Amino acid sequence: MSRRSWVRPLIAMGLVAVTAVVSACGTSGPGETNAGALKIWALEDPVLNKIENKSIDSFKAGGGNASLETFGNDPYKQRLRVAIGSPQAPDLFFNWGGGNLKEYVDAGKVADLTSVLEENKAAKDAFIPSVLDGAKLGGKYYGVPMRGMQPVLLFFNKKVFTEAGAQPPKTWDDLLSLVDTFKGKGITPIALAGNQAWTELMWAEYVLDRVAGPEVFKNIRDSGPAGWKDPAVVESLTKLKDLIDRGAFGSSFASVGYDAGGASTIMAQGKAAMHLMGSWEYTNQLDQSPDFVKNGDLGWVAFPSIPGGKGDAANLVGNVSNFYSATQDSKSLDAAKKFVTSELHKDSYVEALIEAGDVPPVVGAEEKLKKSPNPEYASYIYELVLDSKNFQLSWDQDLPADDATFMLTQLQEFFLGKVSPQQFVDAVAAR
Amino acid sequence: MSSQRPSAWYAVPAFGFFALFAALPMLLVIYLSFTAWDGLGTPAMNGGENWSRLLDDAEARASVWRTLVLMVVSWLVQTPIALLIGVWAAGKQRSRAVLSSIFFLPLLLSTAAIALLWQALLEPNFGAFVDGPLFLGDPDIALYTVVLVISWQFIPFHTLLYQGAARAVPPSLYEAATIDGASRVGKFRHITLPQLRYTIVTSSVLMLVGSLTTFDTVLILTNGGPGTATRILPLHMYITGFSGFEMGYASAIAVVLVVLGTALSLVVMRWSGFRQMSSQQEGS
Repeated sequence: MSRRSWVRPLIAMGLVAVTAVVSACGTSGPGETNAGALKIWALEDPVLNKIENKSIDSFKAGGGNASLETFGNDPYKQRLRVAIGSPQAPDLFFNWGGGNLKEYVDAGKVADLTSVLEENKAAKDAFIPSVLDGAKLGGKYYGVPMRGMQPVLLFFNKKVFTEAGAQPPKTWDDLLSLVDTFKGKGITPIALAGNQAWTELMWAEYVLDRVAGPEVFKNIRDSGPAGWKDPAVVESLTKLKDLIDRGAFGSSFASVGYDAGGASTIMAQGKAAMHLMGSWEYTNQLDQSPDFVKNGDLGWVAFPSIPGGKGDAANLVGNVSNFYSATQDSKSLDAAKKFVTSELHKDSYVEALIEAGDVPPVVGAEEKLKKSPNPEYASYIYELVLDSKNFQLSWDQDLPADDATFMLTQLQEFFLGKVSPQQFVDAVAAR
Repeated sequence: MSSQRPSAWYAVPAFGFFALFAALPMLLVIYLSFTAWDGLGTPAMNGGENWSRLLDDAEARASVWRTLVLMVVSWLVQTPIALLIGVWAAGKQRSRAVLSSIFFLPLLLSTAAIALLWQALLEPNFGAFVDGPLFLGDPDIALYTVVLVISWQFIPFHTLLYQGAARAVPPSLYEAATIDGASRVGKFRHITLPQLRYTIVTSSVLMLVGSLTTFDTVLILTNGGPGTATRILPLHMYITGFSGFEMGYASAIAVVLVVLGTALSLVVMRWSGFRQMSSQQEGS
């Protein structure tokens, strides 16, 4: 009996110790998987990760060595922040370009790729210049595009439109009258996944662009929050407020989610007529409501023009592309430079992206896009980007993280009607 | 052996853990609260800038207020329900045992699962209350919806506390009261409640401090929305720190949370006489 009395506590202590050690390992970050290999960090994405791994295989076949580590969206941003500048930093990291990348560049953590791109003309010229410029800061290139372009489009349910005898909107006034048409039929005119601010942001971005052109936001980004005081901001938000107050988004949008499939599903089921979303919405719908897409009921148009506005109706907003950037302190900087200038425009890589439904940012892809699983849609996106005069990166990626977070909060309050256009401007300009 | 008390060395592992995982991080947070740090490079001292900003931050004040509302309302909702069910479940009848074990089910679910479950249930287009009130979408209701979900999750736990305590009340007290002709309500008021006094204190401290630091449920259920309607202080800290990457300012908010939490438990302890806690039972 006396033996028992100490055996159990000992086992319990052992278990606690083991648990502590195991959980400590789990949180101490990625271990060394492959010593000496180029360490690449990217977002978790079942489709894209396979293609990324193929590019690594191809790199290895050419005598290089690399390994891929992936993370979910929010953990990725947090880990990258902590890891950059530490010995655990990756050699190449996935990013969105723009202001998001600028913070790292300003901190001296990102390698300048200008000269290596100039030396490898074939690599530089393979990409659409406006997309390559997405990672150009202060005249220098800090990243190379590594996946498809994702402009924001206005999706609509063709069946719902046909039944209402309506045409997709070409102008803002068309949109306003469509709101009345669908409201009269008891259909939510526009689905909005408003429990997250980035869906609402797409509206603010497009309306400001159509009203005043891309310069107003570029000024905010480059010269600081005082730029929000440009009268065009209040003007565009007043237009948007008019749309919200007319009931364009229904009354329950504030608790509708995108990740849960809320907004996309109501449009697929015909409970809503339109949905402003990034180009990934096509694959999302195909995944969640396959019949809706296969029956040809999913339609898409560019964002309507605003009569009298200064912005070109061909301008786009969205995710220009994603980029690989190299860390300045990387021990394998040369290998990293070799990777981004040799693997990302290879035919095999581009074709793999196309086969996965992406629209890669390379020139002369028209023929290749016919092999896309959705050739009509992919070609539409491709032409749209080629024809656009300006492709604005999502504001929340193009502003420093603290300003972006504050602006998103104010925007949600604005959509709820708690903050007026002028109050929005006063708040974000005072940062 | 001059003393019956265990040697002070016994406390070394506990103190070591506390120092490493509580005291040290807390000191670091206090240090960070006097710096500007965006997570890149090294923190730069900026004096009391974060603190003067905190005083002017209307959003921070509003989130303190929301935290207090959440704390008080969830205490008011949970305590009576948990107390009554706990005392009821203390009875030895078989039916009560069966019902109690069903009722304790939420205890087995993880917080994330509970939050996702309720989010799906309250979804405005596909949930259980289509065309009903906008539980998560109406800024005036959302905070109370959060209280509801938290209560659903934690009432079983507190019920368990009360059930155990109620079973420990000596039956002789009830027998004596029955002989004196006390009613059911009278017995509850004059025997059960006083006997459960310290359990009420324990459960209240757990509830109050617990709701002060509630985070996961709100993060998943509403992420502070709609707008900022459910952005309680811990969430404000998280969004400032891990979306805005203003680590210095977020640390200042964290210090406020630590101070509030400590003050709260001190006040409850003092006010309730928890320190002089002693058994009122016969023979002890």
